[in-house]
Amino acid sequence: MTDQSLSTRVKVERSMARRRRAETRFRLYGMASILFGLLCLVVLFGNILSKGLSAFEQTVLTTDIYLDKDFLGLSRQSPESELLNGDYEGLIKEYLKESMQPSGRSERRDLYSMVSVGAHWQLQQLVVNNPNLLGDTVTVELIMDDEIDQWLKHDHEKGRHGRLSEKQTEWAQQWLDEGRLKTRFNVSFFTNGDSREPELAGVHGAIMGTFLTLLVTFALSFPIGVAAAIYLEEFAPKNRITEIVEININNLAAVPSITFGLLGLAIFINIFGVARSTPLIGGLVLTLMTLPTIIISGRAAIKAVPPSIREAALGLGASRMQVVFHHVLPLALPGMLTGTIIGMAQALGETAPLLMIGMIAFVVDVPGFINDPATVLPVQIFLWSDSPEQAFTERTSGAIIVLLAFLVVMNTAAVMLRRRLERRW
Amino acid sequence: MSIIENHKTDGQPFSENPKLKARDVRVFYGEKQAIFDVSLDIGANEVIALIGPSGCGKSTFLRCLNRMNDTIDICRIEGEILLDDENIYAPKMDVVPLRARVGMVFQKPNPFPKSIYDNVAYGPRIHGLVHHRDELDEVVEKSLQRAGLWNEVKDRLHAPGTGLSGGQQQRLCIARTIAVDPEVILMDEPCSALDPIATAKIEELIDELRENYTIAIVTHSMQQAARVSQRTAYFHLGQLIEVNPTDLVFTTPEHTLTEAYITGRFG
Ligand SMILES: Nc1ncnc2c1ncn2[C@@H]1O[C@H](COP(=O)(O)OP(=O)(O)OP(=O)(O)O)[C@@H](O)[C@H]1O
Ligand SMILES: [Mg+2]
Repeated sequence: MTDQSLSTRVKVERSMARRRRAETRFRLYGMASILFGLLCLVVLFGNILSKGLSAFEQTVLTTDIYLDKDFLGLSRQSPESELLNGDYEGLIKEYLKESMQPSGRSERRDLYSMVSVGAHWQLQQLVVNNPNLLGDTVTVELIMDDEIDQWLKHDHEKGRHGRLSEKQTEWAQQWLDEGRLKTRFNVSFFTNGDSREPELAGVHGAIMGTFLTLLVTFALSFPIGVAAAIYLEEFAPKNRITEIVEININNLAAVPSITFGLLGLAIFINIFGVARSTPLIGGLVLTLMTLPTIIISGRAAIKAVPPSIREAALGLGASRMQVVFHHVLPLALPGMLTGTIIGMAQALGETAPLLMIGMIAFVVDVPGFINDPATVLPVQIFLWSDSPEQAFTERTSGAIIVLLAFLVVMNTAAVMLRRRLERRW
Repeated sequence: MSIIENHKTDGQPFSENPKLKARDVRVFYGEKQAIFDVSLDIGANEVIALIGPSGCGKSTFLRCLNRMNDTIDICRIEGEILLDDENIYAPKMDVVPLRARVGMVFQKPNPFPKSIYDNVAYGPRIHGLVHHRDELDEVVEKSLQRAGLWNEVKDRLHAPGTGLSGGQQQRLCIARTIAVDPEVILMDEPCSALDPIATAKIEELIDELRENYTIAIVTHSMQQAARVSQRTAYFHLGQLIEVNPTDLVFTTPEHTLTEAYITGRFG
């Protein structure tokens, strides 16, 4: 009662101006922070896309090459085992020598090195698939070596040699002028496993490895996590022991992930003898890491179910099991899924613990099942980022794009699933 | 007006044809005692009203009758409660069939987030009361009819139960309870969230249900107690002060506390 002369209404009016200002200010702060977040995202994406998109293109040389039966020592009737063993590499070298006329050994070596070592597999595939091509002239787009690839993508417009020699640049320029040297969509980036040769290295193996690892992680951590959350929330007696369990689960969520890798190495590999470098062991370790997240969010989701629903069911004579499975779980499932999505997204990007269990191995073959040697996308990114070749830098960013796409697809699927489960009444 | 320790209940706490018998019931929440030595009969096919000031233990006592208090960890119950002369707190007693026999309607309508049909069908389903879809349809229709809701919802049985009005939801909860065909129905302030018209409908319903069921109802409304019940029990600070036929309680209460409460001097 400081100012008796003013009515309440006037006082409220006065305070309104201040309150509105505070509100406006708060809204501005909010918008500023969201803008800042978006900006960071744009910069990050812009950077990765600008560096990585070129990984989705590969330089090829359009070539008309005569499949010389005599040179290859094959006929159209040869069995597949012989077709596989033909000297396609020699054929390509022969072709290059004929068409470009290099002088001397070192020029020859330079010339041969311009075509990828993978090029002869292209011919081999062609012949094995259709032996009737033998004796014909075929047009193939030969995969070029990563150094030409990088020259075409980055150096040639600026008039630089890049890592090519004088003579190599000349040849490349000649092919370019003839319209034979060009870039096309890099199929092998998506169909090949890892390779020492950048132009042959692909993410297929890592994608499959990631997929299988996450499958194991999900198949283990979701049921175990949900069961643990239900037990702790609905059935466990509230005593000292459950309290200790609870505290430790919360602690586990904060344990550095590499520790789980060491645990996996010591227990799963050394004691139980699980094979290293496999999606199985990776999934087991990531399950340990993901479980606390799922349990904690699952318990929160169960707690959020209104007690009145529980009472209603109990009052009708439902057993505790029935209350849980008929009423609590359906209502808590969307929340549990949210926690699971977060856990799986963490698992998707995890590298450190996987290094401990050998998933850093150089794996060329695409894994077919959870017990095949494999690597995962983040580890693949780590491996490539460590390679000196410029083409691998490009592929590193390319693999990051693939990883992000994986994440987006996974999250979208999960959000859609959650929408379907959520009841809107 | 102080209350005497271990007050002996005035009036007629016992009945000739009891369905439920409470004997020396004491309830504790942790260290705190909420109910002191309550002995009370609830007669078959009667409606008994439990009244008293807020916090006197009406809900606590009511929830003892179908062991809903078991869900509260700190809650401890002493004494005996007999349903048809069988102690419901005996160790071998299973609460699941008990709650099927003693149903409960809560203060706030709490339909399941499922369709109207599934709400009513839930009890019969879990207890295996019906074996065919037709039978279930029949039980659902009959229950909704007895709860006075059928005409309002018969065209939208598969709409969500939570989409009904408050009064309709409460009648749905009653329909859900009677679909299990219990012997006793406990109601904890079933009309406190409802308007007078919805309240009148539910009171009418209680009157009809009395033919087949035994009903205990907690209420804060004297008029409601007077309208629906045959006997009235007055609780005060965890003690059962007086039990008498309703018309007696509201005309010539025996105990001064009862009189003070019904004449509106406190509560
Ligand atoms: N879950 C609980 N934990 C601890 N104490 C409780 C609990 N439930 C009730 N009580 C206490 O027990 C006493 C009786 O409560 P109860 O809910 O039975 O009162 P009531 O007569 O139903 O009151 P109201 O008319 O307001 O509903 C109160 O003192 C209350 O604080
Ligand atoms: Mg109450």
